[in-house]
Amino acid sequence: MGDATPGGTILQVEGLIRHFDVSPPLLNRLLDRTGRLIVKAVDGVSFEVGRGETFSLVGESGCGKSTVARLIVGLYQPSAGKIAFEGTDLGALRDRSSVPEIQARMQMIFQDPYASLNPRWRVADIIAEPITARGAFKDRGSLRDQVAVLLRQVGLAAADAQKYPHEFSGGQRQRISIARALAGEPEFLVCDEPTSALDVSVQAQILNLMKDLQRRLNLTYLFISHDLAVVYHVSTTVAVMYLGRFVEWAPTRTLFSRPRHPYTKMLLDAIPDLEMTGRARTPVGGEVPSPINPPSGCAFHPRCPYAERRCSEERPESLLVEGTHVACHAIEEGRLAPFEGKTIIVAPEDAA
Amino acid sequence: MTAADNALLSVRNLVVAIPTRGGTLIAVDDVSFHIDEGEILGVVGESGAGKSLTGAAIIGLLEPPGRIASGTITLGDRRIDNLPYERMRRVRGREIGMIFQDPLTSLNPLYRVGEQLVETIRTHLELSDRQARERAIDLLNEVGIPSAVERIDHYPHQFSGGMRQRVVIALALCTEPRLIIADEPTTALDVSIQAQIIALLKKLCAEHGTAVMLVTHDMGVIAEAAQRVAVMYAGRIVEIGAVDEVVKRARHPYTHGLMGSIPHVGHEVDRLLQIEGAMPRLNEIPGGCAFHPRCGKVLPRCSSERPELLPVDDSRVSCWLYDPAEAGGRGADG
Repeated sequence: MGDATPGGTILQVEGLIRHFDVSPPLLNRLLDRTGRLIVKAVDGVSFEVGRGETFSLVGESGCGKSTVARLIVGLYQPSAGKIAFEGTDLGALRDRSSVPEIQARMQMIFQDPYASLNPRWRVADIIAEPITARGAFKDRGSLRDQVAVLLRQVGLAAADAQKYPHEFSGGQRQRISIARALAGEPEFLVCDEPTSALDVSVQAQILNLMKDLQRRLNLTYLFISHDLAVVYHVSTTVAVMYLGRFVEWAPTRTLFSRPRHPYTKMLLDAIPDLEMTGRARTPVGGEVPSPINPPSGCAFHPRCPYAERRCSEERPESLLVEGTHVACHAIEEGRLAPFEGKTIIVAPEDAA
Repeated sequence: MTAADNALLSVRNLVVAIPTRGGTLIAVDDVSFHIDEGEILGVVGESGAGKSLTGAAIIGLLEPPGRIASGTITLGDRRIDNLPYERMRRVRGREIGMIFQDPLTSLNPLYRVGEQLVETIRTHLELSDRQARERAIDLLNEVGIPSAVERIDHYPHQFSGGMRQRVVIALALCTEPRLIIADEPTTALDVSIQAQIIALLKKLCAEHGTAVMLVTHDMGVIAEAAQRVAVMYAGRIVEIGAVDEVVKRARHPYTHGLMGSIPHVGHEVDRLLQIEGAMPRLNEIPGGCAFHPRCGKVLPRCSSERPELLPVDDSRVSCWLYDPAEAGGRGADG
C-alpha cells in the first residue's frame, strides 16, 4: 500500500469537465425570460490511478461521483478534459468503438443487479455476450466452458448458466454482473456502488470476492461509494468529491487518520460508530447545495466553519501537502492544521 | 417474558401469516418484546427478516392477505391487535405515530405541507383551524425547519430530502403519540443528513417521553440511537439486549457474523467475516433453529429443536449454545 504505484499509471484524468444542459425549452425560456440552466456535474477533476490500485470516489448524492465513472467508461462524452488510458486520450475520441482493444479492457459494474441484467436472457447468454462481441471462443463448446469458468470464478455453479436472473438473490445477481464484467478479460473495472443495494452480510461476500479477484487477476478498480466504511475497507487511494470537484485525495490511511479538508472531516464525523454506542455524532448543519447554482469560490464555503471572504470569491486550487491533494484556502494560508481523524488499528492477519 | 410493569408496548408471541396459493407463509414467527416509555428499541435484520412486518402488525397496517395469526399486542393497558378498523384508525395517528423510509411517498404531493399537518392535527385533536396551524408551525420549528412560517405553505417537492424527512417527523409527532414506529427513517438520506435526523429523533423522544421502535438494517444507526436492540432472522428474534451488549459481545452466531461483516473505518482487516449463503426464503425456512444451515457452531439438536430465547447475562439469546445443558453453555465467542 505504498504511495508509489509499482505497476505505473493506468489511468490519468486531467481537467475533466462535464456539464449537462437542463434548460427548459427555448419558448419557455423566452416567455419566462430565463437563461439556460447548466448542471456542472463534474467541474474540473484531475487524478491518476496506478495499476493494481483501488481508487475510490466518495461523496454525498449529487456530488458527481457517478458521472466521473460514466465519463471514464465512455457512457458520457466529456465537455472538456483529458482521460488517458495507458497514454491514449479517450476524452478526445468521438466514438470509442474505434479503439476496441482499449474499450475491452475497461468494464463497469452497476449498483442495481436487478436492473443491470436482462431478465429475458439466460445467464449463459448474459455472460457470453462480451466474449462473442470480441469474437473470441468461436465454437459453442469452448464458449460454454469459458462461461462455466467465469461462473465458478465468482462462486456460482456451472449449472447456473441455464437459469434466468430472477431465479437468483441480489447477491448472486451481483456475482453474475461481475462474471459478465470479467468475461472480456478487462484490467480496469469501474464499480459504481456495487454493494449499496445489498444486505451487509451479502455485501461482505461481494467485497471479499472483489478483493480475491483483484489479487488473482491483477485488476485495477475505480470504486464509487457513499459508504465511507466500505471505501476504507477496499481502497488504496480515496478522493472526496463535493459538487463536481475533488476537495481532497490521498492514500486511504492518510486521508482517514489525518483529514485536512473541513468537508472530509465533516464526513468522517458523520459516520455512525459502533464502538461509541449512545454517543451523539456532531451533526453538521446544512445540506449539499444544488449543482445548478453552486456557491461561488469554494463550493463548501457556506457550510464551512473556517470560511473567510476569499473562500466565497476565489476557487481554491489543489495543493499537494505531505502526500495529500487538497483544495482549500485555509490550508494554503496555513490557517488550518490537519484534523484528528480516525485511529487506525491494524488487525492481525488471521483475525477476520 | 419479563416485561417490566411500565412497558408501554408489549408484543407477545406475535405470528404474522401470509396465505398464498402455495400454502401459508409464516413471516413473523412467535416474536415477543416490549418497549418502555421513552425508550428507543432498535430492530435490526437483513431484508426479509420480518422487521418491517412486525412494525406494520403493531400499527395495524399489514397488507392483505397478510394477517396476525396469533399473539397479542398491548399498548398501555389496552389490547390493540383485535380492534375493529375504525377504532384502530383512531389509535393510529393519535397514539402511535409513523415514520417511513421514503419521505416523498409518505407526503401527499398535491397538498401543501401545512394542510397535511393541520388535517392530521384536527382529525385527532379538538383544535380550531387557527390553533392547529399554530401548532403545525411550532412543530416545524421544533424539527428544525428554518423560517417555518413561510415553509408551511410550500409543497413537499419544494423541500430537500432531509427537510422532507423532518416534515414527516413533525407529522408523526403532531398528536403527541406515545409510540412512534420508525421504519428505516434514515436509509434514503446521505450520511451527514442521517446524523442530523438521528440527533433530532433522539432529542424529541427525550423531551416528549415518546417510545420509539426503530426498524433499520443499519447497525450504526441502532448503535447510536437505541438503548436496546432486537436482532431478527427469518421472522424470529435471535438476540435481544442492551445495545452495548449486542454490539460488543454479540452472542448469537448470526449476530456475531453480522457484526463481523460490517466494515469499520480504522479497523484494517484483509477479509470481512463472511456468513455463507443467504437468508432463507419464507417458503423454505429450515426446521429447528432457522440459522442452523449457515451456522459454524451447529449442534445436532439445532436442526430439529427450535431454541427459545434464553437469558445470558443481561441479554436474551435464542441459541442452543447457551443452554446450560450444552457443555457449560459457552457460546459463540469461545
